Amino acid sequence: MAKLNMVKALNQALFQEMERDADVLVLGEDVGVDGGVFRVTDDLQRTYGSQRVIDSPLAEAAIIGTAVGMALYGLKPVCEIQFSGFAFQCFHQIENHCARYRMRSQGRFHVPMVIRMPYGGGVRALEHHSESEEQFYAHIPGLKMVIPSGPRNARALLAAAIRDPDPVIFFEAKSLYHAAKEEVPDESEVIAIGRAQVAREGDALTLIAYGAMLRVALEAADVLRDEDGVAVEVIDLLTVSPLDRETLVASVKKTGRAVVVHEAPRSFGPGAEIAASIMDGAFLSLEAPIRRVTAYDVPFVGFAREKANVPDVPRVVSAVRETLAF
Amino acid sequence: MAYFGDGATSEGDFHEAMNFAGVWHVPVVFVCQNNQWAISVPLKKQTHSRTIAQKALAYGLPGIQVDGNDVLAVYAATREAVERARAGDGPTLIECVTYRLGVHTTADDPTKYRSDLEVAMWEQKDPLTRFRAYLEKRNLLEEGLEQRVDDEIAEAVRRFEATPPADPLVMFDHAYAELPPDVQAQRDAMAASEPATPARPDATPPTQPGATPMRGQRLTRR
Repeated sequence: MAKLNMVKALNQALFQEMERDADVLVLGEDVGVDGGVFRVTDDLQRTYGSQRVIDSPLAEAAIIGTAVGMALYGLKPVCEIQFSGFAFQCFHQIENHCARYRMRSQGRFHVPMVIRMPYGGGVRALEHHSESEEQFYAHIPGLKMVIPSGPRNARALLAAAIRDPDPVIFFEAKSLYHAAKEEVPDESEVIAIGRAQVAREGDALTLIAYGAMLRVALEAADVLRDEDGVAVEVIDLLTVSPLDRETLVASVKKTGRAVVVHEAPRSFGPGAEIAASIMDGAFLSLEAPIRRVTAYDVPFVGFAREKANVPDVPRVVSAVRETLAF
Repeated sequence: MAYFGDGATSEGDFHEAMNFAGVWHVPVVFVCQNNQWAISVPLKKQTHSRTIAQKALAYGLPGIQVDGNDVLAVYAATREAVERARAGDGPTLIECVTYRLGVHTTADDPTKYRSDLEVAMWEQKDPLTRFRAYLEKRNLLEEGLEQRVDDEIAEAVRRFEATPPADPLVMFDHAYAELPPDVQAQRDAMAASEPATPARPDATPPTQPGATPMRGQRLTRR
């Protein structure tokens, strides 16, 4: 048992998986000698050499294209895209090839690869270094879209993603990298992809979040408990796609109300799919419309106005109060 | 070996791949089929480079331009590149200069953008015609070979056209290793609503040999 931040926990997952399976390799910009710009791949090259921890030229499409080839060949590449905002340079490789080879080859080939990307705001970074783009990947059939919310589940989900036979997009919230330390057992763990977790039980309303927004949701639940005396149930999605509708619907059947929080812009975002799924599965239990607390539908606003754009505790608390009062 | 056309050399991925292959010194042979037309766009509007082969120089690899209508020249260039790759001497770009005699797709009308004269000139250099002439001259052309090849193609087309349509449910078979519950539910809904697909009752008969070609399409002269 050791107390690790998310960077160290992810690093440990890579060490454990590379040790466990000689087909696992790491590929990306600055991942080798430098250990990644956020140090998630620190010391891997020193241990496993430059054939398994590969510094690539600066070209996202070729990183993903190369990794798809490696995966078709039987390897298990874990690619790092330095910031999720750079991934539009390789979006075509992800959508056109990574996600489709199983179908295209009628099951003859599959693509067991992971694409790690730091995402989201909260670190006062510039354009292309602060956005949340999970909705694009969640929309693509053939991919899985995973976003951990803390060191321990980050390590377990990355291990699960590496062992998954299908391609997994793995988002890491930059604001969580050094935010908190958590007790993580020495032994490797996995969390099943596609399963949400109830982070806190409650009966008044279901608050759904993931990644960096989980902490915001939990703090909002604290405020609502202390100031309003209500017990809000908080669900940590962990996997955006495939969405764990069962857990969401079961919770809303109990609470009758739901609020979704995400950093991505609102329209056509995960909140819309979550709300539709709850309507499908728990319509007769609903006491109020499902609210979404999200970034606004505007292009990147610059870090000076970031705090006004990304959901915070007061905005979540106010949306929950409105939903409870409906 | 990676195959692509002249148009593809304008894509960023072509350059990224050449660069990666050069930096990592990997055993790859890039084969560009330069048929001089990317649908309606001629090579001179595709690149200002005099050749495609020369693009290899920028990435530190050998680039070879070969007469793509000369079967033996293409074979020789390819064998050399493959041997270089096998020997650990890194990647090669081969540019095979040829010509797209036919249409790009059935929706394409080449008469809009190129002259019949140009096409006729290139028809003279058709690689099959040239190779047959070479084989005949050296007395190497086996009796009946062309007919056997034509029959084999016709038989493959016939088999393809006789294949019954696939069950729509197979679209769910290879989406994921294991279908997520919601996609499984979508499959179940289709299975419950869709009757098993009957064999196509109005299956169109196989294309008759000698059928009228589409605009701009070239009929084989054999």
